[in-house]
Amino acid sequence: MTTLFDILGPRMVGPSSSHTAGACRLGYVVQAILGGMPDRALIGLHGSFAMTGEGHGTRIAITGGLLGHRPDDERLREAETEAAEKGLEVEFRSVDLGDDAHPNSATFDVTRGEERMRVTGCSIGGGQIRVQEIDGFEVDLSGSLPTIVVVADDVPGTVARITGRIAERGLNVATVRVDRTGRGERALMTIETDEDVPADVLEELVGQPWVHWIRNVHRLNA
Amino acid sequence: MIRSFAEWFEQAESLEIGLAELVERREVRETGAAREVVRKRIEDALAVMRRAVEEGLQESGTSPSGLTGGRSGRLAADGPRLLGDDFTAMLARAIATLETNARMGLIMATPTAGAAGVVPAVLLTLAPVRGWSDDRLVDAMLVAGGTGIIIAERASIAGAGGGCQAETGSAAAMAAAAITWLEGGSPEQVATAVAFTIQSMLGLICDPVAGLVEIPCAYRNASAAVNAVAAAEMALAGLDFPIPVDQVVDVMGDVGRKMDVRFRETALGGLAATPAGQDIAARAGMTELVQLQRKGRTKGEDSARFGPS
Repeated sequence: MTTLFDILGPRMVGPSSSHTAGACRLGYVVQAILGGMPDRALIGLHGSFAMTGEGHGTRIAITGGLLGHRPDDERLREAETEAAEKGLEVEFRSVDLGDDAHPNSATFDVTRGEERMRVTGCSIGGGQIRVQEIDGFEVDLSGSLPTIVVVADDVPGTVARITGRIAERGLNVATVRVDRTGRGERALMTIETDEDVPADVLEELVGQPWVHWIRNVHRLNA
Repeated sequence: MIRSFAEWFEQAESLEIGLAELVERREVRETGAAREVVRKRIEDALAVMRRAVEEGLQESGTSPSGLTGGRSGRLAADGPRLLGDDFTAMLARAIATLETNARMGLIMATPTAGAAGVVPAVLLTLAPVRGWSDDRLVDAMLVAGGTGIIIAERASIAGAGGGCQAETGSAAAMAAAAITWLEGGSPEQVATAVAFTIQSMLGLICDPVAGLVEIPCAYRNASAAVNAVAAAEMALAGLDFPIPVDQVVDVMGDVGRKMDVRFRETALGGLAATPAGQDIAARAGMTELVQLQRKGRTKGEDSARFGPS
């Protein structure tokens, strides 16, 4: 469905909704999943991202997103300088993810302190994105709704316990998606909600022994 | 949900409200946002549009590629030679937004970044001439938005989907609807203005040189603005167009779907694939793109992989 502000917008730093705004959103979501700005990011650009990205500021936009800037933030233009100042080390290379991959895809190998993470996503047009993989778990995350990402033990009742805590607070769960490495091992859950999950609910979940980590990805208006 | 101009007009008539108000009510109902919030967001959009135009006119430096930047200011400074001040100013404003866009400035992608110059150029040029207040401009943007929603639903607003007719064509249709309505045009005249606009831009391909949202985009925004004003002028004078607007929009969608993928934003056809276009792409360091252009590939599965949107 097309909304009014899909047409009267998005409000964005140019020049391209897919190669600039979408690229920035990917970077933003990656740092949100990581829990903050990475110290180091190795980014693989596939297809059109690699081929025409230079002229569209794709690298600058991704760097700005990793710094936590949104697509309409005018600091994007100076993202490379800011990254150098803040100690974000960024390296880009061209990758071939195969013919099935979306032409505007990118892989992110990021580290933040002891944390390491690998995220794959793509920019699907009009500034919209999809995150498809986090550390080998298959996901489908758009960032257009508040989303929590949880890695927990894959034991019976895990999903119900998490969504139950959210529902108790009167929040509507829009989608739940689970991917697991193997039966009884670990599962990654992405839970999209209509409104932000309150901080104390997240803190309570973090304190559970069966929760390995949890991240809050705020809604990203285009 | 508005899926056709016919439906939009019928609903507005049965509720005895204007076209702008119907779009506003729909937005309030579907998103749950307060009416004031919707209007404030549009006011903010207008402010961003104004700033993007001003920046584009004032900044004399070029974009990173050198293809645009400083041209709108040059046109504005040179002044009118053939028609009046406003005509030249409108062209300059359309180009200015695309120049700001190419410099990584802040713009409103209305409805897309590549066509972002059209609506501001038309509205901001005509507002002082016709004495439209900012509040009326917000209403005009609602009419423009309603028009864009219908085109997006029935056809396409993306160059990758339907060529430049879908981008600057949609933007021009939105602008034409907005100004026809602001001038007191009836729903039928709004529909005719949209039909006039789209029929004049059917088949226009999207062929960005070096894959950049600059050439021919900046100049196509200028000519699209002219088309919008011409269409509104003719519609307001009561000229009629015998094909209903919804059918005209459907033709645009059909042409877009049948358009070779080389002409849908892939930079593998049209002006982008000319010898001069290839040279520019090579100078911009886009070696892979140039290789594909030289091969002259036509198969969709090869070329569909590339290009901005």
